[in-house]
Amino acid sequence: MFLGRVIGCVWATAKNPSLEGLRFLLVQPVTPELKKTGKRLVCADSTGAGAGELVYWVRGREAGMPFLPKQVPADATIVGIVDEVQVKRPC
Amino acid sequence: MILARVVGTVVATRKDPRLEGKKLLILKPVSPEGKDEAGYVVAVDTVSAGYRERVLAVSGSSARMAEGCKDTPVDTAIIGIVDDVRLD
Repeated sequence: MFLGRVIGCVWATAKNPSLEGLRFLLVQPVTPELKKTGKRLVCADSTGAGAGELVYWVRGREAGMPFLPKQVPADATIVGIVDEVQVKRPC
Repeated sequence: MILARVVGTVVATRKDPRLEGKKLLILKPVSPEGKDEAGYVVAVDTVSAGYRERVLAVSGSSARMAEGCKDTPVDTAIIGIVDDVRLD
C-alpha cells in the first residue's frame, strides 16, 4: 500500500460495463513526509475520498478486491483515508 | 490505471485464438494536462475507442477482469473513454 494525495477526478461515460458506478480519482503518490513522489495515476475509489485528502491506495490484483463479489478491472484503488501519519527518524 | 491517447492500431492475423475478434490499439501515456509522456503500450480495446481519443487503461492481471477479457492472454485493456479530467 502507498500514500497519496487526491488531486482531481476523471470522468468516463463510455466504460467497461464492470466499472459501472465507480468513481475515478487522480492521485499523486506522496512519501510519509508528504512530499510528492512518482507519477500521478488514476485510482478507483472505494472510500468516498475527496479532493486534497490524504489516502492510501493499493495496486495490482488486490485493487479489485474492495469491490468483491463484483469482478472489477481496477489496478489501483483507494482503500482508506488517512487521519494521521507519524514518522520517527533517528536524530 | 493510466491516462493515455490512442495513436494507432495493431493488426495481427496469427494470434492466440482467445484474442480472435479483439481490437488492439497503440496507446501513448499522457499526463492529466494532456501532454504526451514517454513510452507506449499495446492494449486490447473493450469500449470501442477511436483514434486520438483519450482513454483509461488498466494493466497487469486486473486487465483480465474486464468484461470480454476473461481468461484471455491480456495484460493491458482499455476500460473507459475519458470525457474530462479535473485537477483540483
